[in-house]
Amino acid sequence: MSSVQNMSDLPQSAPQPAVKADPKWFVMGGVVSIVAWLALVPLFFLIYQSFRTPGTARKPAIWTLGNYLEAYSSSDTLVLFANSVEFAAGTAILALVIGTALAWMTERTNTPLKPLFYALSIIPLIIPGILFVVSWIFLASPKIGLINLVLQKLFGTEKVYVDIYSMAGMIWVDGLHYAPIAFLLMTAAFRAMDPSLEESAMMSGASMWGIFRRITLKLAFPAVAASFLILFVRSIESFEVPALLGLPVGIQVFTSAIYDAIHSYPSNIGLAAAYAITLLVITMGGIYAQSRITAQGGKYSTVTGKGFRPRTIDLGRWKYLTLAIFIVYALLVVILPFLVLLWSSLQKYYSVPSWEALQNVSLAAYMTIINYPSVGTAVWNSFILSIGSATTVMVLTAVVCWIVLRTKIRGRWVLDQIASVPLVLPGLVMGLAIMVCYLAIGGGIYGSIWILFIAYVTRFLPYGMRYNTTSMVQLHKELEESAAMSGASWLTAFRKVVLPLLKPGLLAGWIYIVIVSVRELSSSILLYSPGTEVVSIVIWEMWQNGQYVELSAFGVMLIATLFVFVMTAQWVGKRFGVKEN
Amino acid sequence: MLTLKGLNTEYPSQKGPPVKAAQDVTFEVPAGKFFTLLGPSGCGKTTTLRSIAGLERPVGGEITVNGLTVFSAEKRIFIPPNQRNFGMVFQSYAIWPHMTVFANAAFPLEVRKNKLSKNEIREKVMRVLSAVALDQYAEREATRLSGGQQQRLALARALVMEPQLLLLDEPLSNLDAKLRDRMRFELKRIQRDLGLTTIYVTHDQGEALALSHEIAVMNEGRIVQIGTPREIYDHPRTKFVADFIGTTNFIDGVALGKDGSSGRWTVRTPIGDLLVHTDQALAADMRVTVSIRPEDVELLEEPAAAANGQNLITGLVDQKVFLGDMVDFQVKVNDYTLLSRAHPSLRTPIGDKIYVRMNPEKCVAIPDLSPARAAA
Ligand SMILES: Nc1ncnc2c1ncn2[C@@H]1O[C@H](COP(=O)(O)OP(=O)(O)OP(=O)(O)O)[C@@H](O)[C@H]1O
Ligand SMILES: [Mg+2]
Repeated sequence: MSSVQNMSDLPQSAPQPAVKADPKWFVMGGVVSIVAWLALVPLFFLIYQSFRTPGTARKPAIWTLGNYLEAYSSSDTLVLFANSVEFAAGTAILALVIGTALAWMTERTNTPLKPLFYALSIIPLIIPGILFVVSWIFLASPKIGLINLVLQKLFGTEKVYVDIYSMAGMIWVDGLHYAPIAFLLMTAAFRAMDPSLEESAMMSGASMWGIFRRITLKLAFPAVAASFLILFVRSIESFEVPALLGLPVGIQVFTSAIYDAIHSYPSNIGLAAAYAITLLVITMGGIYAQSRITAQGGKYSTVTGKGFRPRTIDLGRWKYLTLAIFIVYALLVVILPFLVLLWSSLQKYYSVPSWEALQNVSLAAYMTIINYPSVGTAVWNSFILSIGSATTVMVLTAVVCWIVLRTKIRGRWVLDQIASVPLVLPGLVMGLAIMVCYLAIGGGIYGSIWILFIAYVTRFLPYGMRYNTTSMVQLHKELEESAAMSGASWLTAFRKVVLPLLKPGLLAGWIYIVIVSVRELSSSILLYSPGTEVVSIVIWEMWQNGQYVELSAFGVMLIATLFVFVMTAQWVGKRFGVKEN
Repeated sequence: MLTLKGLNTEYPSQKGPPVKAAQDVTFEVPAGKFFTLLGPSGCGKTTTLRSIAGLERPVGGEITVNGLTVFSAEKRIFIPPNQRNFGMVFQSYAIWPHMTVFANAAFPLEVRKNKLSKNEIREKVMRVLSAVALDQYAEREATRLSGGQQQRLALARALVMEPQLLLLDEPLSNLDAKLRDRMRFELKRIQRDLGLTTIYVTHDQGEALALSHEIAVMNEGRIVQIGTPREIYDHPRTKFVADFIGTTNFIDGVALGKDGSSGRWTVRTPIGDLLVHTDQALAADMRVTVSIRPEDVELLEEPAAAANGQNLITGLVDQKVFLGDMVDFQVKVNDYTLLSRAHPSLRTPIGDKIYVRMNPEKCVAIPDLSPARAAA
């Protein structure tokens, strides 16, 4: 994000008449206040809360260090910390290994079916995390897990082969879930690397392995380290996996501990806030380190325009091995999880695939879902929230980016930093902060759907910033200036020139935010109340109620809908000349 | 030394037929010679060079180096690039940013099968580094070199392996004009001193003329003419070559027949009948284009004595542009404008009559094979 700061030292566009109130200043002032409020105020309340005792009717809240004492004096905290780090590091490494291998195969080898694979690798990004975890429980739980049952039948034993309710299981599921992100990060890294660096090693007589070890790996190191940190932060923030797989067997990490502290009786929000602050410090450290590495790695970025062309290594017969790896990956990440959901959605009661069970296939669960009371509300809420927050975020950040990149207002880089603050806030921590904040402020926001709207807008501000920055950097200032020279007012110029040119980037960002909003669980879980459920919450509740079959049916419908949405959006994008970047 | 026979290289394309980037490329380079592939952007020079290197796998043809076949489509031979022992300098230099200058240059020796001792490596590397005047930068990080220094490092890295063949892909194109001129001489000197057989790719005709023993001009994936710089410049065989190398006047005409006394062909053109040179088979009534370089169009203020066999015509000065060391004149002859490059001492005012003399040796007749004109 800091790349934005020194982009524009150019003079501001048309000179402004001195005194006259310009709509520009109203728009800008409004946007700046909104962004600052969203990003900073809840954080302030979170810190405040972590130093307060719980207030009750009889005893008002007072200042205390007790929360931190409680959090840090217990030896449990050490275990918590160790668990969190083990889980996050394990997940990050697993995801990175898978992602790097796949990225290398698609970018640098002649593995067959690459284009298909690239499309396939994006699909996991639209599967909500909770559905992915649930499907892996169906696959690998000790009691009902398909893998165990199949192996047991095969060998005629009672032995439990795989147990998803373990640290290894947690790492496995979250690692697979983040592998697509690692894949995208590493693909970008490979694309940024001039292949002639490897070719010149080959001309020097180095072997394949020598090239990989001495050139490719070394050059990719900054990207690998940065990706590791991103994945580490992501996984230390993840909520679904620790909550569904860790909590039942008592493996706690920070996120599940925060959730537990809030949901214990009496709920201990101060303690939760103290944990949250600790988690925040870790994620901040991670993101800071990552931005440092990325900045330093800049000297390694070696793309030169001319003579740069993608080259692929001819793997010979080995390409069937890499193809097999692709297929296994697709099985583990997309096909098996989806099939197991589909299977269980077609049953009356959850049962293992068998000939008898096949006779009982029914669509009853789908009927149940359609008539399920909270589903209609939840779908409507998610729809409104995702469209509303995606639109709001893209518009807000378009203005913020414009201010940061295009004006000479002093201190504009601070605005960029503020809008990026939510990046370091784990979803659960954000939910907690917003909850504390609007409980304290009152005004009926807590308990209404607006609180979710605020949470989503805040949470996805940084994504909007990223998409807008990328497209606005490419937009030449002269285009705007010539609009001003033609006599257009600032508002007209922005509406008629800037916005249309930004449309591709805006649309791509908008689609992305719609999808992540529909998937959002970890903030929503602290903020919803009856009547304001969203789809991920309904899935969560169904899981708690043991309604596996209905959950699966709902999950299948949700994935199908999101898939159709993405396809349509891409088709619309192509049709109307919106380019992917 | 290096022989290419009927080389064809294709790139698969997403939709449609594959891109035929090099077609039927055939040439031979004797040992120790400097051979240049010259042509406009996208004509397949890099593709040809990469095919020689083994970085692309041609679909047809044969490549032999020192009697050893490194590629043959027919015999299914393909020696991978890391076993060919060719030095190559990439257009982007491809200097490894995570290594020092020394480590970059030492890499080819370190990855070698038959290992050298540390001292031997050190000695060899320092020798090449001093040959390219980089020895005092040996311990510096490679990213902290200037463009010209990076270029020399890339060259050192290619030289240190004592290659059979040196392949250079537009090594000077990223340098500024002054440096380019200097590096041009450096390159020539090093190549001559080491007696290295060199294949050089460029789209800059000046570079090609200055450096090469022999030039192959390419267009649209094919070689259109091979020859020494002089042959290519003085006697282009097609309009494309004449136009691509230097500036030239094109005068359309019709071949009349062989002139009895001089044995040259006469061509009827809008500026009069011209005696011309040609190496190609002409026939009477054939449509031809006469190409003559501006510096071969001599301008005289006094009518010259009718020297035997010279083309003499008269025209009017239409425009002139002073360029410092020369003056460009545009001379109108009938309705045709002839470009001439003259010495600045010639000061004929615009509108004045002027006499033009052209040596038939320099007026090159090129048969016009384009169907449009042939039909006209
Ligand atoms: N990897 C590739 N895939 C598909 N087509 C390619 C590839 N590389 C080159 N081509 C095509 O092959 C043709 C020849 O390309 P080549 O790079 O050999 O040209 P060049 O003469 O080196 O040009 P330049 O002077 O611009 O470097 C071009 O039409 C180019 O578009
Ligand atoms: Mg090229």
